[in-house]
Amino acid sequence: MANTYDWPSVEDRSIIGSRVSRLDGPDKSTGRAKYAYDRNPEGLLTGRLVVSPHANARIKKIDASGAEATKGVRGVVLIKDVGDEVQWVGDEIAAIAADTEELARDAVAKVKVEYEVLPHLVNDEDVKKAGNRVTPDQDDSAGDVAKALQDADVTHEGYYGVATITHCCLEPHGNTVLWEGEKDITVWASTQAVGRIGADLAKNLAADPSLPKISPSDVHVITPYMGGGFGSKFAIDSWGIAAAKLSRMTGRPVKIMLDRHEELKIAGGRPSWYGNVKVGAKKDGTLTAFESETWSTSGMGRGSKAQLPYVLTELKDTRIRHVTVATNTGPARAWRAPRHPQCAVITHCALTDLAAKLDMDPVAFFKKNADLTPRPDVYRAELDKAAELIDWAGKYHKPGAGSGHVRRGVGLSIHTWGGAPHDSQCRVTIEPDGAVTAELGSQDLGVGTWTVIAMVLAETVGLPLSQVKVNIGDSRYPPSGPSGGSTTVGGVSSSTRRAAVNAVEKLKEKVAADLGASSKDDIEAKGGQLRLKSNPKKAMTWAAACRKLGTETISEIGNQPDRDGGKLADQGVGGVQMADVSVDMETGIVTMNKMVAVQDCGLIIDLKTAESQVYGAMIMGICSALWEERVYDEISGAYLNADMEFYKLAGIGDIGELVVHMMTGVYDDRGVIGLGEPPAVSPMAAISNAVFNAIGVRVPTVPLTPDKVLAALEKKGGMA
Amino acid sequence: MQAFEYASPSSVKEAVGLLSSSWGETDVLAGGTDLLSLLKERLHTPKRVVSLRNVSGLNGVSATQIGATATIDALTKSKGMPAALVQAAEGITSPQMRVMGTVGGELLQRPRCWYFRNGYGLLAKDSSGKALVPGGENQYHAILGNKGPAYFVSASSLAPALIALDATVTVVGPDGEEEISAEKLFRTPAGDNERENALKPNQILIAIKIPGGAVKSATYEVRQRQLMDWPLVGASVALKMNGGTVESARIVLGHVAPTPWRSSEAERALTGKSISEETAMAAAKAAVAGATPLSRNKHKVQLASVAVKRAILRAAG
Repeated sequence: MANTYDWPSVEDRSIIGSRVSRLDGPDKSTGRAKYAYDRNPEGLLTGRLVVSPHANARIKKIDASGAEATKGVRGVVLIKDVGDEVQWVGDEIAAIAADTEELARDAVAKVKVEYEVLPHLVNDEDVKKAGNRVTPDQDDSAGDVAKALQDADVTHEGYYGVATITHCCLEPHGNTVLWEGEKDITVWASTQAVGRIGADLAKNLAADPSLPKISPSDVHVITPYMGGGFGSKFAIDSWGIAAAKLSRMTGRPVKIMLDRHEELKIAGGRPSWYGNVKVGAKKDGTLTAFESETWSTSGMGRGSKAQLPYVLTELKDTRIRHVTVATNTGPARAWRAPRHPQCAVITHCALTDLAAKLDMDPVAFFKKNADLTPRPDVYRAELDKAAELIDWAGKYHKPGAGSGHVRRGVGLSIHTWGGAPHDSQCRVTIEPDGAVTAELGSQDLGVGTWTVIAMVLAETVGLPLSQVKVNIGDSRYPPSGPSGGSTTVGGVSSSTRRAAVNAVEKLKEKVAADLGASSKDDIEAKGGQLRLKSNPKKAMTWAAACRKLGTETISEIGNQPDRDGGKLADQGVGGVQMADVSVDMETGIVTMNKMVAVQDCGLIIDLKTAESQVYGAMIMGICSALWEERVYDEISGAYLNADMEFYKLAGIGDIGELVVHMMTGVYDDRGVIGLGEPPAVSPMAAISNAVFNAIGVRVPTVPLTPDKVLAALEKKGGMA
Repeated sequence: MQAFEYASPSSVKEAVGLLSSSWGETDVLAGGTDLLSLLKERLHTPKRVVSLRNVSGLNGVSATQIGATATIDALTKSKGMPAALVQAAEGITSPQMRVMGTVGGELLQRPRCWYFRNGYGLLAKDSSGKALVPGGENQYHAILGNKGPAYFVSASSLAPALIALDATVTVVGPDGEEEISAEKLFRTPAGDNERENALKPNQILIAIKIPGGAVKSATYEVRQRQLMDWPLVGASVALKMNGGTVESARIVLGHVAPTPWRSSEAERALTGKSISEETAMAAAKAAVAGATPLSRNKHKVQLASVAVKRAILRAAG
């Protein structure tokens, strides 16, 4: 008979839902954990990139002879060729491997590239300057928005926007690659996709007929730990391909990790989003119309559709237009909830301004319009909880109603995300000595994947966490999907649960006779024992049960999805965040006092790492709300702040108090739902709205830098 | 970084002898918090780096004299230091910078101008010689003394305080020791081959002297973050009081011009007055009356005036 799979009920859980510190924490904090950056195999060469200093140019000549002749240089590979165009500052042209990083850098300086410089555009906020670089993506209408705006009691028109930001992964992008023999390739990768890197590398190497034909399975990918990706680390990338070629050329391992400037220039940007919005409502606050005309840049890459109006998708009368502007800037990559944070700003800032025109408290306004969301009850409950936690009733005032040179304000935003489980396979083995191991070709981006798998496994086999083992981060384990789109926790927890159930059922069969069980279904694995449900005194320790295996090892697979395997995961969540800020009216400096996040995500496996996910998302969001933006010089095309000095992120003192409230227990029966993206959506909109509440005038675009705050105040007529 | 010869002399005289008389050939290394990044970015490619690590006697700290290689940390922990100087030093919030960075190095650090740091030179020109700052991303650039060709702002946070306190600096070169006012240490370069300070390439700054005397002093800097962050603007004031009246004032703005910017207008506006919100505001307005903001830094005029006002009120206590 097929096994059945479900999550244990609350009273039956000893580990799931508790607060467990991440199991890899001690290894990470002591440096025992080895990242791609830490891999230094015998004979290692270090590679550096030759990159374009121009925003747009055609390569007329590449002379690498000076580099090749440099002492300690072992190989040079071209990434681009004569006649190719470079399309942004930092675009990769060649890679050089040398005995040390310093020698490789010296050699980079000796590569002579001649360019025909071409015209460029690097800034997209002024869309009128974009000319033929504009591509339409969307013109979607529903109902009759013109009539709805005409019929509305109150309308509002505004301009809003969000600057392009980058990912700023703590561990930059890169790999250490060793090509041995004809086809034996090992890649120590900083990746979100252990299972995809082999195929990606094989496909790219196939373009070079001088190389042997590589299959994905020839590539052994190893990523037990990685230092953040946020959507930017799915591909092998030009530098990974170059490292493989250089290793092939030299017979030695080659490491190419981007430096911080390169990381900011070429390893990922989140598209900007700017636009004009018209909204209308009835006197009672019911939203009736939404019209937007927006634009964004993905560098030279393709655009995508706007998700507007954000969350309030049941609105009948809408018109959404969006275009993409091609700019000579570093290419866009997915950034934690692609499009959602930007569309939250465009929507919720406009709606907060509309609520002000209606003389309505934004909490009341959003509760009133919760029926326009797919989850009215979830949002109403979360709005109430967040309001309670931030003391909205005590802190909210009419926009700009304070006095003195420091003004305080509160603002809110709501968000959504899917978070469906990705495909995943897990192998659980039980050995005669009692060892229990789960193996998955998944990866932990730093979010707690190790810990979550161990918790599911331990709960299912009835052992303490310390007695189960998890192996992930290796392409030779059973395959799991890439970690993107908040899909990992649902995928790996489901496959692990099923594999562990399957393995335990096998063990039950082995001991059923010894326990005198009428059927193995009367046996449960709990508290380190196998025992009879009907008579718990009839028990056998886990170790004794496993000894019954003799020389046999139980090895069972669990899959996600599993058509007949019950529903362990789901998709679709809602969340609410509220911010409390202070604004210095004389300097325009915005300071965070407090932020509250209320979030549902179905059944939570590890409450502690779940909360950590939300803390991290709020911190990222605060950075992008207050400081982060790429600054390009229009004349030279240079990327001026590709460093940690003027590309500003928060320090611990800049964050204020953070409060996370997970809606535990309420939605457990939905199963596990991903959490990576949703809490990263709302901070910018919530903080912009809090600044609006504090100073009584909208700062149209994020980040909310002092120049913009002061300009908005001046437009309003000063501090009054 | 480009390979260089490393020298570690044990005396100032020996160190001076190791320096070239031309800019670009040699560099002096103290804490390295600026020089190392200049070397890594190949903005400086000296043939020789002369370390002051083994030169003894340069790191003493007292209320009236500070050795050039005393760390920012030692300065903030030293007793009896004028408030303006301590407050400026405390604005350098990075523990690493405070422990490694030296007072002399802080005064002589190169500008943070992002065109300079991206290889466009101190005067920020493209390959055709066109100045990039006036029509470019000048939000952090000068609002005073910015008629060109220099548009960067002086990077030092301690210099405005030291100039307000009427400090002098001691420099040693092949021709011996000389003492110059801290104010005169800084200059606006007029050409590509000039620097932003008055040192000769083979001179070393060895000490800072602060005159005694009772002054009320304070520094106020506007920053976006608590984390290590360059001030958007700053102001230091030192007031000699006669009862409740300002007998004389020295008011110096930081990060607003290619040099620390002493405002005689603000000083005049405050002299003979008692300190109040109104008189502080009047001096603050006078300080920026002559400001000539660039295309993207109008806000710095407001910030500079706020910094002056708050520094005056802070000094008054």
